[in-house]
Amino acid sequence: MTAVWVTIGTLALGTAALKLAGPLALGGRSLSAKAHNVVELLASALLAALVVVETFGTGHSLVLDARVLGVAFAAVALTRRAPMIVVVVGAAAVTAIARLLS
Amino acid sequence: MFAISISFGVLARPLMGPVAPIAMSILVFSGSAQFGALAVLIAGGSAAAAIAAGLLLNARYLAMGLALAPSLRGRAPSRAAFAMTTVDASWASAAIGGGRFDPWYMVGVSIPQYAGWVLGTVVGVFVGPALGHPDSLGLDALFPAFFLALLFEEARGRRRLVAAGGGAGIALVLTPILPAGLPILAAAVGALAASRVRP
Repeated sequence: MTAVWVTIGTLALGTAALKLAGPLALGGRSLSAKAHNVVELLASALLAALVVVETFGTGHSLVLDARVLGVAFAAVALTRRAPMIVVVVGAAAVTAIARLLS
Repeated sequence: MFAISISFGVLARPLMGPVAPIAMSILVFSGSAQFGALAVLIAGGSAAAAIAAGLLLNARYLAMGLALAPSLRGRAPSRAAFAMTTVDASWASAAIGGGRFDPWYMVGVSIPQYAGWVLGTVVGVFVGPALGHPDSLGLDALFPAFFLALLFEEARGRRRLVAAGGGAGIALVLTPILPAGLPILAAAVGALAASRVRP
């Protein structure tokens, strides 16, 4: 439980620092082009990593299970511009139904 | 947004109990960082790995804050108060062209989002236990579906797609080898590599 509260506290302070750094500490200055490039790309790299680990990962192994069908549904729903609620609830429903049938 | 925060409450409750998820939504107020850190902790990752994943996901706030800075007037406490209300949707919708932002518009969009985010977490924390076992409802698939939805918005353009592909590949290769959470952090190398790709 300590790990949970340490995570919450540090993440809260760190996120605030990231939001405040520009307007308070770095007023007028800007990141170097190089740093800006990396910062802009971090979210894409980490989100993609989270997608694959949460779809295929179980502990230290990679498995194909019902989650794959749920994520496939989410991918199709996103390309059809479905709202977020349809994407995530649909993914859960497809996964639950696949587990029920298997 | 409301449905996402309910999901967060439901998914966080088994690991965090009822109070911590609500505190997290009040204090952190960031979907990607909260889900990212939670995913790392549930997988058995350390607090350090969860924090690092959350902060790397939120690194974009540094760039957003720098863009916002010239539009904020007044003394430091007032600039800080406006800057703290930055979230993706409100920041984007407050852009008025020419690199300028309407800070009051941003606050106006952020406040209802904040209320919905915290309230949804409260609802999720209390309805969660009544739903039964999370896996039988497919709730574990909420994580990748939510990250995929964020990625779909985020990964526009060649370099971001390269960063996403690199990050996914790195995480897959390292999952059997490294402790939980670290493959996610290692994926940041994908961003470094992609930053050398021509736009």
